Amino acid sequence: MQEVREVWSGNRAVAESVKRARVQVVSAYPITPQSSVMEYIAKFIHDGELDARMIRVESEHSALSAACGSSLSGARTFTATSSQGLMLMAEVLFFASGLRLPVVMALPNRCLESPVNIWSDHQDSLAVRDSGWIQLYASDVQEVHDMTVQAFKLSEDERILLPSMICYEGFLISHVSEVVNPLPQDLVDEFLPEPDPKWAVFDIENPFQVNELLTPEGFPEYRYKQHKAMLRAVDVYTEIGREFARIFGREYSPVRGFMHEDADVLIVGIGSIMSTARQVVKELRERGEKVGTVELKMFRPFPEKEFRELTENARILAVMDKDIGFGSSGMVYPDITRVWYNRDGPSALNFIVGLGGREVVPETIHRIYRIAKDTDPDKIEEDVFWPDTMTEVID
Amino acid sequence: MKLKEVTDEEFLHHGGMACPGCGAYLGLRLALKALGKNTILFNVTGCIATTLIMGVTKIPMIHTLFENGPAIASGVDYGLSALEKREGINLLVYAGDGGTADIGLQSLSGAIERGHDFVYICYDNESYMNTGGQRSGTTPFGAITTTTPAGKKIKGETRPIHLRKDMVEIVAAHGTPYVASASIAYPLDFMEKVKKAAETRGPAYIHLFATCPTGWGADPAKTIEIARLAVQTGMINLFEIVNGERRITVRVRKRKPVEEYLKLQRRFKPLLEDREALKSLQDYVDRKCELLGVDMEDRK
Ligand SMILES: Cc1ncc(C[n+]2csc(CCOP(=O)(O)OP(=O)(O)O)c2C)c(N)n1
Ligand code: SF4
Repeated sequence: MQEVREVWSGNRAVAESVKRARVQVVSAYPITPQSSVMEYIAKFIHDGELDARMIRVESEHSALSAACGSSLSGARTFTATSSQGLMLMAEVLFFASGLRLPVVMALPNRCLESPVNIWSDHQDSLAVRDSGWIQLYASDVQEVHDMTVQAFKLSEDERILLPSMICYEGFLISHVSEVVNPLPQDLVDEFLPEPDPKWAVFDIENPFQVNELLTPEGFPEYRYKQHKAMLRAVDVYTEIGREFARIFGREYSPVRGFMHEDADVLIVGIGSIMSTARQVVKELRERGEKVGTVELKMFRPFPEKEFRELTENARILAVMDKDIGFGSSGMVYPDITRVWYNRDGPSALNFIVGLGGREVVPETIHRIYRIAKDTDPDKIEEDVFWPDTMTEVID
Repeated sequence: MKLKEVTDEEFLHHGGMACPGCGAYLGLRLALKALGKNTILFNVTGCIATTLIMGVTKIPMIHTLFENGPAIASGVDYGLSALEKREGINLLVYAGDGGTADIGLQSLSGAIERGHDFVYICYDNESYMNTGGQRSGTTPFGAITTTTPAGKKIKGETRPIHLRKDMVEIVAAHGTPYVASASIAYPLDFMEKVKKAAETRGPAYIHLFATCPTGWGADPAKTIEIARLAVQTGMINLFEIVNGERRITVRVRKRKPVEEYLKLQRRFKPLLEDREALKSLQDYVDRKCELLGVDMEDRK
C-alpha cells in the first residue's frame, strides 16, 4: 500500500472516517472534548467534500433522537458526544438499541460532574455499559480512525443491527496529534459499501407500527434476541478485523495481548492507559519480569472466550479501571472476575486510576505491577486499590 | 372545507383502546382524514400513543419517547431526504399537552427553529392523562387533577389562568409559518387547518382542544358539547396565524358565561362554588375575547 501519512488529532481522525464512510446524516450537539468532531464534519459538508445533512440540534437528547429518526429512515447515521451529553442521552440510548438501529457514535471519554471536571476518565461510557450499545475502545489516533469505519460495518451487519460507540479518551486522544495512515477512500468503499438498509421501517405502501407496546408475553424473548445479537458481535467483529487486516494491513480483534503468553502478571484494561502499560511492560521485560498486557478493544459485548484464552496462563490479573462503581469496585473489574469465577485460573486485583484526568504515569503502573506481583492469590484480603489517589489523607 | 370534501376513508382500524368519548382520539382520526395515507405518524408517549397498539394505524407509525417526537421527526425529515424518499410524505407529530408544553417544549422549539417540514398537533386535554390525570402546564385555574386535588385547605389548581402556558403564542413567537388553534367540536375548521398545515413548507403547529371525559369528570356523551361550549364561552378561541397574520376562524355570537362550560365537568366543582374566583375568570375571558376580536358584531 502506498504510504501516505498525516498528522491528525483523534477528533480529526473520527471526522475523516465519517467522511470516508460516506455518512448521510450527522446529528450532534457540541461539548468539550467532542466539539471539534462536529466542526470538522461541518467543514467537510460546507466544502462539498461530504454529501451529508447535519442536524444541529438543541440538545444531546435530541441529537440521538434525530439520529434514531434518520436511521429508522434507512440513512447511514453518525453522532458524537461526551460525558454530560451522554448522560442526557441515556433514555435514548436504550431506545436506539431496543429498536436495533445501527447508529454509530464517537465518544471522547470525559469524567462526570460533580465536581465540575472536563478531563478524561471512563466514568461516562461505563455508566451506560448496559444500554445495549456495542462499545469499542481505541487507544491511539490510528485506532480511532480505523475503528470508526469498522463500527459502521459491525453495526449495519444484518446479524447484528445494533448501535456502536467508539470510546477514546478526551484530550489524551481527542486532542493529541499523532502520525496516522489515512484510510484510502477506494479501499474504504470496498470494505464498507453503501448500505442496503433492510432496517428501514417507513414504507407508505407497507406500513407498520414501530415501538409498540410489548407485554410480558413477548418482552423477555425480545430482550433475549437483542442479547444474542449483542453476543454475536464478538465473532462478527473478529471477522471484520480479519477483513480489515487483509485490506488495510492492520490487525484488530476484540481482545489484544501483548507479551502475554508466558506472563505471570497481566495488566488488563481499556483505552489509552493501555498504551502506557505496554511501555512499562517493555521496560519490565528488559529487567526479566514476566509481565504482559491484555487490552479489551471491545467491552460490550464482553469477549469472554477470547479473554479467557489470552489470560489462562497468568497467575494474577491487575485490572485497571479509570472509573469507579461507587460502593463496589471499578466497572471493568466485575466482568473480568466473572470470566474466571467458576473455573481454575488467575486471580484478580482491581486498581482505580486516573480519575478526572489524573495522569496515569509509568510510575503508577510500576506500582500496580509490584502490588500484583507480591500478592499471593490464595491470601487476597483486599482487592480494590487506589494507587494514584492520596487515600491516606482521607482515611 | 365542506363536509362532502371529507374522505370516507379511515386511517385507523377499529380496536383503538381510548376511553369512550375521547376527544384526542377523535382528533387524530380527523387529522388523518385531512392528511391522507402518505403520512408518517409520530405518536408521542401519552394516552393516544398507548391506545394505538396492535396495528391499529393503517399508516406507518412510531411510538416515540415522551419528549422527543419532534427530534425523531427531524431525523426522518433529513434521513428520507438523504435517500431521496421525502417527496409527498407528511410527517405528523401527535402529542399531548404534557409532551408539548412541558417535557417536549425544547425539542419542539428546536425542530421549529431548524425549519423542519412537519405538522405538529398538540391535543390538549389539560392534564397528564396517561399517568392518571396529573396537572400539566396547561391545566386551567381551579381544575382538580390528581396532583392538584380538592383538599380541605387548597382546592384544585392555584396558578392564575393567565400564567398557563399558551403554546400557540409560544410557537407563533418562533416565526412559525403556520400556527392555529382548533377544537374537536369544529371538525371542518380543524381539518381545513390540518390541510393548510400540511401544505405549509416548514413547520406548522395546531393546538387542538380535546375533551377528556375520564379526566374531567364528564359524561362521555357530552364530549362534543363540552368542546363546543369551550368555544362559545370564549374559554377557547379558534384562530390561525399565517406568516404572522392572525385571523379568527370561528367567531362567537352571544358569548355564553363560562359557568355553562365549567358546570359539565366535575373537575371544576370547587371553582363553581367560589363566586369571586369565577368572576375573575369571567373577566379574564372577556378581556381576552375582546383583545382577539372573537365576538361577532352584535346584530341586535
Ligand atoms: C421521560 C418520561 N417521564 C415521564 C414519563 C411518564 N409519562 C408517560 S405519559 C405521561 C403524561 C402524558 O401527558 P400528556 O402529554 O398530556 O398526554 P396525555 O396522557 O394526556 O394524552 C407521563 C408523565 C415518561 N414516559 N417519560
Ligand atoms: S383518559 Fe382522556 S385523553 Fe386518555 S384516552 Fe381516556 S378520554 Fe382520551
